[in-house]
Amino acid sequence: MPNIEEILEERILVLDGAMGTMLQRYKFTEEDFRGARFADWEHPLQGNNDLLSLTQPEAIAEVHRKYFAAGADIVETNTFSGTTIAMADYHMESLVYELNYESARIAKTVAQEFTAKEPHKPRFVAGSIGPTNKTASMSPDVNDPGFRAVSFDELRIAYKEQVEALLDGGADLLLVETIFDTLNAKAALFAIEEVKEERNLKVPVMVSGTITDASGRTLSGQTAEAFLISISHIPLLSVGFNCALGASQLVPHLEVVSAKSQYAISAHPNAGLPNAFGEYDETPEQMAAQIKEYVEKGLVNIVGGCCGTTPEHISAIAAVVSGVTPRQLLVRG
Amino acid sequence: MGEQLIMDNKERFLKLSGLEPLVVTPESNFINVGERTNVAGSKKFLRLIKEERYDEALEVARHQVEGGAQIIDINMDDGLIDGKEAMVKYLNLVIAEPDIARVPIMIDSSKWDIIEAGLQVVQGKCVVNSISLKEGKEEFVHHAKLIKRYGAAVIVMAFDEVGQADNYDRRIEISKRSYDILVDEVGFPAEDIIFDLNIFPVATGMEEHKRNALDFIEATKWVRENLPYCSVSGGVSNVSFSFRGNNPVREAMHSVFLFHAIKAGMNMGIVNPALLEVYDDIPKDLLEHVEDVVLNRRDDATERLLDFAESVVGKAKESKVDLSWREEPLQNRITRALVKGIDQYIEEDVEEARQAADKPIEVIEGNLMTGMNVVGDLFGSGKMFLPQVVKSARVMKKAVAYLLPYIEEEKLKGPQGDNGASSGAAGKILMATVKGDVHDIGKNIVSVVLACNNYEIVDLGVMVPPEKIINAAIENEVDIVGLSGLITPSLDEMVFLAKEMERQNFKVPLLIGGATTSKAHTAVKIDPQYSSAVVHVNDASRAVTVVGDLLQKETSNKYKENLKLDYETFRDKFLKRTKKKEYKSILAARENKFTIDWSNTQISTPRTLGVQIIEEFELQKLVPYIDWSPFFRSWDLHGKYPDILEDKVVGTQATELFADAQSMLQELVSGKKLKAKAVFGLFPANSVATDDIQISKGDENYVFRTLRQQLQRREGVPDYALADFIAPKDSGVQDYMGCFCVSTGFGTKALAEAYEKNLDDYSAIMVKALADRLAEAFAEYLHKEVRTKHWGYAVNEALSNEELIQESYKGIRPAPGYPACPDHLEKLTIWDVLQVEEHIGVQLTESLAMWPAASVSGYYFGNPEARYFGLGKIKEDQVADFAARKGIPVEEATKWLAPNIADD
Repeated sequence: MPNIEEILEERILVLDGAMGTMLQRYKFTEEDFRGARFADWEHPLQGNNDLLSLTQPEAIAEVHRKYFAAGADIVETNTFSGTTIAMADYHMESLVYELNYESARIAKTVAQEFTAKEPHKPRFVAGSIGPTNKTASMSPDVNDPGFRAVSFDELRIAYKEQVEALLDGGADLLLVETIFDTLNAKAALFAIEEVKEERNLKVPVMVSGTITDASGRTLSGQTAEAFLISISHIPLLSVGFNCALGASQLVPHLEVVSAKSQYAISAHPNAGLPNAFGEYDETPEQMAAQIKEYVEKGLVNIVGGCCGTTPEHISAIAAVVSGVTPRQLLVRG
Repeated sequence: MGEQLIMDNKERFLKLSGLEPLVVTPESNFINVGERTNVAGSKKFLRLIKEERYDEALEVARHQVEGGAQIIDINMDDGLIDGKEAMVKYLNLVIAEPDIARVPIMIDSSKWDIIEAGLQVVQGKCVVNSISLKEGKEEFVHHAKLIKRYGAAVIVMAFDEVGQADNYDRRIEISKRSYDILVDEVGFPAEDIIFDLNIFPVATGMEEHKRNALDFIEATKWVRENLPYCSVSGGVSNVSFSFRGNNPVREAMHSVFLFHAIKAGMNMGIVNPALLEVYDDIPKDLLEHVEDVVLNRRDDATERLLDFAESVVGKAKESKVDLSWREEPLQNRITRALVKGIDQYIEEDVEEARQAADKPIEVIEGNLMTGMNVVGDLFGSGKMFLPQVVKSARVMKKAVAYLLPYIEEEKLKGPQGDNGASSGAAGKILMATVKGDVHDIGKNIVSVVLACNNYEIVDLGVMVPPEKIINAAIENEVDIVGLSGLITPSLDEMVFLAKEMERQNFKVPLLIGGATTSKAHTAVKIDPQYSSAVVHVNDASRAVTVVGDLLQKETSNKYKENLKLDYETFRDKFLKRTKKKEYKSILAARENKFTIDWSNTQISTPRTLGVQIIEEFELQKLVPYIDWSPFFRSWDLHGKYPDILEDKVVGTQATELFADAQSMLQELVSGKKLKAKAVFGLFPANSVATDDIQISKGDENYVFRTLRQQLQRREGVPDYALADFIAPKDSGVQDYMGCFCVSTGFGTKALAEAYEKNLDDYSAIMVKALADRLAEAFAEYLHKEVRTKHWGYAVNEALSNEELIQESYKGIRPAPGYPACPDHLEKLTIWDVLQVEEHIGVQLTESLAMWPAASVSGYYFGNPEARYFGLGKIKEDQVADFAARKGIPVEEATKWLAPNIADD
């Protein structure tokens, strides 16, 4: 199987779309979330999407299958909240390893089905590493700016457990995403480096930040370039942005990182900005047209979708990037 | 072997980030690193951190970034602070200030655990300052690897197992070896390596120092040519160390050194911008002499520069009065007079305006308010500074005073229904310094600034008893009550007043301010006592917005509700987060006292024992001893004298204020308008019962009670009490100590009142601020006299004023009410021993503040081991013990020591 770095030099790779949007279509009830295994769990579990990898594995596999069928080269594991820190909301810290391991395994199995069918288009699994629900460089309390709800070490330890489980379950890549606080991401990258060293392995790492609003900064206040500089100290497969903004609002920030980075550039925006009802209503055609602009400007190497996107969006995006020259990467070596 | 990054060599620049990027390319100008946030380099910063005055410490960082620092170096290496905790706490606060955090941070420590703790809290790409081969290769590699993993650049010191590189060859040898290890073995990106090649002084008179600058410059050139992509940095002021005191020469040396070092490839460093001359502006002859030294061009270069330096004196700046503004339209002239604080023409301009107006009151409401609004806007946006606003107020008052007779006249003939001159005021505010406290500079400044903003001020002055405040508030129907205080007992007074106002059903908001007050104290102790709004306001510009919000009819209720909520949340958070500090028992603390080996200590017997009085001292002699930095601080101008005069932001204003101060000082001194008096004494002394000091004056014995640190700290750090610096009675060694009181405050009150009467608050505040400085200078002077003459243990001491201010001398003079002995009660003992009131007339108020306010009292300790420390919080066991020793009820002791008693 050719490695992903080589493929990136030849074509633009397609990442999948939203997992949550797809799972909403199943209208799972509290009972569905619990399944037989967690029927007696003391705390409510509805909304714990990561848990569905254990209780509704077939649905998860189905979503992955739909995205691969739509043309995605890479799917993300269903592990956005798969750390002890984020799982504390459901009192499921002890299940973190299993959640990540199973999620990676499910995605890997589906990926292998597709690679077997279409050997010319190998499919990859990216272990999704979310930001957790705490920030290491901001205080949650406006009256106490020096306070921090989580420390670097707490994050590093939590991320390390997630990374190990994702790799054990078969993830081909790691995707540190939706970064709103760069310090959280640095803890994740630190943990990844530790695992790489301990296991003496190389694993491609994708990093994707989130520009939260029109100010053009991350939630923790960094500009796109400052963010890029802050996470460029370890070898990365790609760097880019996802979530918060729609494809068109992301252009100026992609231009910055594209011009300043030696890494591949990724983008997986939302299906536009949410409307008055909190729904994303950019159609596949509209979004694909925006992605076309990325391609024409030579800004990206990896594209996909975040909140509100569906297999139909990914299919439209895949059509736009098919056969076009990717953003030029540096001559290697 | 680390994993290598694949890099486009063209793009291999040092890239750093805060909230914003900093990319150092070959085209970049020299990168200036700010280093005032360094406890090892800045006494002020050290003090702020020690006293946990983090708000002010943040201002130091902000000031540097505003002044153009592109990176800020932060260092917390000091024996008396927990460096790791301070680093993390300070960085967390810095990160929360976007206008500071926009620049990258240099985490500076000689201790790895502090560096690592710092790296764990900063999201941007930092610089670690520093690592070296000093402790061997293994540790060097280990740290470098972690720094890389945390994503930081690194400063490598030219230092190895053998020692610090002090010549050209050693600099090259160590740099090359460090570079090879970092790049080849660790996989450290070469562009993230910054070498500090050690800048050492030249012109020291030592043969082996002659090539110090040249070796650095040449080594820099070699490093930049042979070690690709790295940077070179250094601390520039070291080079001119031997010319301390001669700034023109130092400035020239820095410029010359930088000129050549930058050409050789030095691309970043620590430079004090105030101590830098423009290379092209250096006079030719000075330039030649300095270059001879820096570049070691002749054997006698040092001697020649030394000779020449004596002829180099600071240049005075000329100023010329520009009167073209007098040609402008009337409103422009009035506005300018207010903004610039020029009162020379205001009466003629106001007269012109009066003649043009229908009613005289319109001149106030129109012309003058238009001008004052400009002043308010400029002040609010930080473009005007406090002394200017106070001067504006002086002009305003003069203008109003000129108009008043016309307004009165108008009222007599005018129709009924006009409710008088006060109709224009935006609100009425009562201001008072509370009972027992005499300090009013801050309160007066706030009053003036509020008055400028059209509030009517009812100023009750100092030492105002609570019933008087309450009655005046009722009588004048004030809209707000403002309380001020400087000494700790005033905090209790404020709590009492809040309770009293609550009991009497007051509803008006309460403002709290003064040096000893804090938001924490206000929220925790005062706010719960009063159901209406309580606000802590500690600077004049905030006072205006707060008062504005409180009195804004449409929104004030909402604002007050929010305030109440804000303080409640603050209080809850404060009480919850207050770190559970561990304390040891007083007995355990005594076990761990600071010990001096008395058998090996040489004790000097004072030449003169007993009490001495100075009836009237010549003020002129005190002028050289004045520490000017606090003077600027009392006017909200922050910076160190004399650098502050050149400061980019406040320099002009500071210079102007300084000139005004000089002329007032001249007047005070030559006119003998203030009287300086002192009483002091040296006595045989021994410590008894560990924490007490017994002294004898003739046949009488007196005892000073000292307090001992109880906070659980690091292993090996003693728990200090002042008594530790005096030989114990049972050691058999006869020891000595002294105490003193000086005052330069006699005459201040009358002078200030005369100025106030003349509507000149600016001068009134100035007199008090100068009297305070003179009192401190007197204390400094007298301490020197005691060390070198009366006690005589430092006969050969020769210290510059700068060194005096930095407290470089042996022995200490702690003052009751300050960190080492926060208890004010011991002043009573000093007053007994020295008969202070009888001898020089300085009195103690019921809160034990000194009157006149411009007075200083304290102890003298002569042991070279004696040092200043902060008592910190103490526990009830010591309070009870203290009360028993002193023979007073525990409740009374608790009342006086309250601010220092740890909450459970």
